Amino acid sequence: MNLSPEPLVFELSRPGLVGCSLPVSDVPAAQLPKDLVRSSIDLPELDELTVVRHFTRLSQKNYSIDTHFYPLGSCTMKYNPKANEAAAAESGWKNIHPLAGHSEAQGAIELIYRLQENLAEIGGFSSVSLQPAAGAHGELAGVLMIRDCLKARGQGQRTKMLIPDSAHGTNPASCTMAGFTTQTIPSGKDGNIDLKALEAALDDSVAGIMITNPNTLGLFERNITKIAAMVHEAGGLVYGDGANMNALTGVFQPGKSGIDVMHFNLHKTFSTPHGGGGPGAGMVAAVKELAPFLPGPIARKRSGKYELAMPEKSIGRLKAFYGNFGVLVRAYCYVRMQGAEGLRRIAENSVLNANYLRARLEKTYKLKYTRPCMHEFVAMGDVAPGIRTLDIAKRLIDYGFHPPTIYFPLIVPEALMIEPTETESKKTLDDFVEAMLSIAAEAKTTPELLHNAPTTTPVGRLDEVAAARSPVLCFRG
Amino acid sequence: MPFIPNAESDRMAMLEAIGKKSIEALFADVPARKRFPKLKLPPALSEQEVLREIGAMAAKNRGADKVSWFLGAGIYNHFIPALVPALASRGEFLTAYTPYQPEVSQGTLQAIFEYQSMAARLFGVSVVNASHYDGATALAEAALMAWKLDEGRNKILLPEDLHPEYKAVLKTYFSSFKVEIVEYSGAPENAALDSGCACLIAGYPCFSGELYGLKAAAQRAHEAGALFIVHADPLMCAILESPGAQGADIVVAEGQSLGNAMNFGGPGLGMMGATEKLMRRMPGRIVGEAKDHDGRRGFVLTLTAREQHIRREKAVSNICSNQGLVMLQSCIYMAALGAGGMKQVASLCYDKAHYAASLINSLKGFKVKNRSFFKEFLVSTPIPAQVIVDRLAKRKIMPGLALSRYDSKKEKELLICVTEMNSKTEIDRLVAALKEAVL
Amino acid sequence: MSVDAKARYAQSHEYARQEADLIVVGISDHAQDELGDIVFVELKEAGKRLEKGQVFGTIESVKAASDLYMPVSGSIAAVNEALQADPSLVNREPYSGGWMIKIRPDNAKDLETLLDAKAYASLVGEE
Repeated sequence: MNLSPEPLVFELSRPGLVGCSLPVSDVPAAQLPKDLVRSSIDLPELDELTVVRHFTRLSQKNYSIDTHFYPLGSCTMKYNPKANEAAAAESGWKNIHPLAGHSEAQGAIELIYRLQENLAEIGGFSSVSLQPAAGAHGELAGVLMIRDCLKARGQGQRTKMLIPDSAHGTNPASCTMAGFTTQTIPSGKDGNIDLKALEAALDDSVAGIMITNPNTLGLFERNITKIAAMVHEAGGLVYGDGANMNALTGVFQPGKSGIDVMHFNLHKTFSTPHGGGGPGAGMVAAVKELAPFLPGPIARKRSGKYELAMPEKSIGRLKAFYGNFGVLVRAYCYVRMQGAEGLRRIAENSVLNANYLRARLEKTYKLKYTRPCMHEFVAMGDVAPGIRTLDIAKRLIDYGFHPPTIYFPLIVPEALMIEPTETESKKTLDDFVEAMLSIAAEAKTTPELLHNAPTTTPVGRLDEVAAARSPVLCFRG
Repeated sequence: MPFIPNAESDRMAMLEAIGKKSIEALFADVPARKRFPKLKLPPALSEQEVLREIGAMAAKNRGADKVSWFLGAGIYNHFIPALVPALASRGEFLTAYTPYQPEVSQGTLQAIFEYQSMAARLFGVSVVNASHYDGATALAEAALMAWKLDEGRNKILLPEDLHPEYKAVLKTYFSSFKVEIVEYSGAPENAALDSGCACLIAGYPCFSGELYGLKAAAQRAHEAGALFIVHADPLMCAILESPGAQGADIVVAEGQSLGNAMNFGGPGLGMMGATEKLMRRMPGRIVGEAKDHDGRRGFVLTLTAREQHIRREKAVSNICSNQGLVMLQSCIYMAALGAGGMKQVASLCYDKAHYAASLINSLKGFKVKNRSFFKEFLVSTPIPAQVIVDRLAKRKIMPGLALSRYDSKKEKELLICVTEMNSKTEIDRLVAALKEAVL
Repeated sequence: MSVDAKARYAQSHEYARQEADLIVVGISDHAQDELGDIVFVELKEAGKRLEKGQVFGTIESVKAASDLYMPVSGSIAAVNEALQADPSLVNREPYSGGWMIKIRPDNAKDLETLLDAKAYASLVGEE
């Protein structure tokens, strides 16, 4: 890591410099509208090398998959193959315009079509739309589809969505955006949905249920087919949150097991890079009854030509144009390198890795739910008096590991949510276990090491309270 | 499979530590009848084979790398300095997660802070968030934000001259709520504002390229107690007065033109900025400055209580993943071009577009409809615009967007965009080709 | 954690204390402790009339956000402007400098529907 302080671009600015040579105009200058001329824009002025060094140095202040193990639960920080990047860098993709007309964009529409077909088969669904730009965007699509499907059934009065207490915050937030109210369904002792509580909630105002499977505890919803049947029986629909699909590729097809509509995060399961926050892609898939409601346009093939069209009863557009196309190219590249066999290996090895870590850590870091996990598990960080999960997380950084997801899911106190993914070796996992055990020992003998961590980073723990009380959100030089 | 690092012997040792005989046994919770389906997928390809297949598909497209390009309409063909992708594609940026752990994410966090700062100056606002999916969703979320501010106001005023796909997205985002979306035509200050309006939306410029000053509209919106939302061309703001300086409360934009390839329309960059008063109402991630215990400057995600992971069903928006890497590209682009470069690119666009427009306006049967514009203008054509597009395709020229794509009544309208990428020779060729196409 | 003996309490942890003909409202010491360091308090404007149970504001810490509910029906007679500049007043002195709004109640007797200090203390396990 680069520990030296790096000035802001504004602080590096020298008047009159420019970091890229630009052409001289070959046409006459035109008169700007007089009342709208801008006097100054006050942006920094830098030469090219200064820009290059600045951003290179900034990059060295990050942990990343390319440099560090990143066991972030529910985020699936797996290796992002370099072939994906090469595939997306083709000039034929970068230079194609979304309004270029079908005949000019046959290659792009073909790729969308093929990826739709592959993902539909992987999930066991009838149709797929690649429009949504992220998981939460896919969720919004899914709940809007449920709304419209219920209306088409003459069941528009169903406005209550059921959400397990272990769900991601995006689930209830998406429901609000779709005009649904939400009701939380508690988890039972085994970490799965409490069937009695579910049964009690199923009245004729229920629109459906949003299920993450495996759930955020890393546990497979054992009663999935029963839950789906109960909700269907009560007149509702079943939404699948595919955030944790990495445990299930080639293992389980949600679309053939009672899930009506579902999103996948291509930036998780299908290895497209997370980019420090995005862009993602949150394709949404549906069984036959809901397919006409998919957001569009989607690709189809007619007499040998590819074209884009809106599904018949589409909820409409969720963004301009056709999804995060550059991300779709990467996901397609990945799927094609895997095939059916490779996809099953992904799930198998991610589950094996998670169970191995669980087995090696469970004596030291207590588990609230002890049965075998899927691709991730949730342990607790209160290993000594006065030690909190945050301290464990920060100390891990000093050992050269990115911390797991912490304080989530909300139903486990002092949660440490650990997802190793299939692309980490036993050697890396063993090193991580050693670090975790060593930290647990330090927690008892030298707790100050944990409280003061991290000390090996460009900055120590930052005062987030002061930052939120008097926010400084822009350079004010 | 090169992405699985464990040997069979490693797997055996791991199973032993777990206390299971086989990997299959780990999947006992999955219903037996549903377990391990046979997926009907084409066989796996090697890296060499997959890149050849994808390369062949990419080569079927005819884009700006093969054709003289004058089509914009929301996605623009601009020059991308080599350093932009070279720096943004560094693995430390590309393969990092959302910066929830600030000590190991200072690179990403500082870059976001720099982007927020530069974009805020460009737009003339106090705060800019870390990105939305694209310009259309940024606009829709801005309108949602305005609507949620005051439960008594249920009308949204929208320019008739707004990108049709943006209108469609707005409609989807509001489809669950009892909100009236009313279109106005002409200058934004002429919109029918009243005390029921949550916001007035204006284009700067509009979809047709038409450019209106914003001051009068801002004043009228504020008199009516509505927010004034402006969808701006970010590059144009380098030479023309910022929306913020003219009174905009929220500024949104598609930032693709700042250093990002066209990529068939995605990933784009939804930019959103606002006045300080609205800071805690904004959706999306925001980075702020902070200090550590030794007084060192650092950066953190802040004001997080607005977001879905804390507020859940009461959150301002459901947004989580954003367009981080695209934002980074735009950040590097703005830093590299700086004040002088941004002005130069914007001026090149302006001058070349006006050069092209004056020549086209003098062609028989063609007429430029705009009174004022930046880099894009609307031309009425003597024959259906789509016929012209098809004819010019044979000469490797993409002359623009035939508006009949969105509205069959606008058969003879062509939206033409000229950027710094189009040389004078290329523009002259376009003009000659237009002339010949209608002979 | 302290409980102000002169105040009455809502299940949602707002306190309400009669002062002349107005009712002073804030959140209990227990509530501020649960939320952690308060970074922002947003309150509806003075003059607004709200029913018991309606939201009169929101309060944010770094890790949590919570709505604030009217303990009795009435109109907001005053809001504590000092919280804008220094929201930590809610942490430091919840019952005095950290008050949030003053309500002119529709019916002063509504106060009696709330928990008394003893009942509230037992609710939050402070006996």
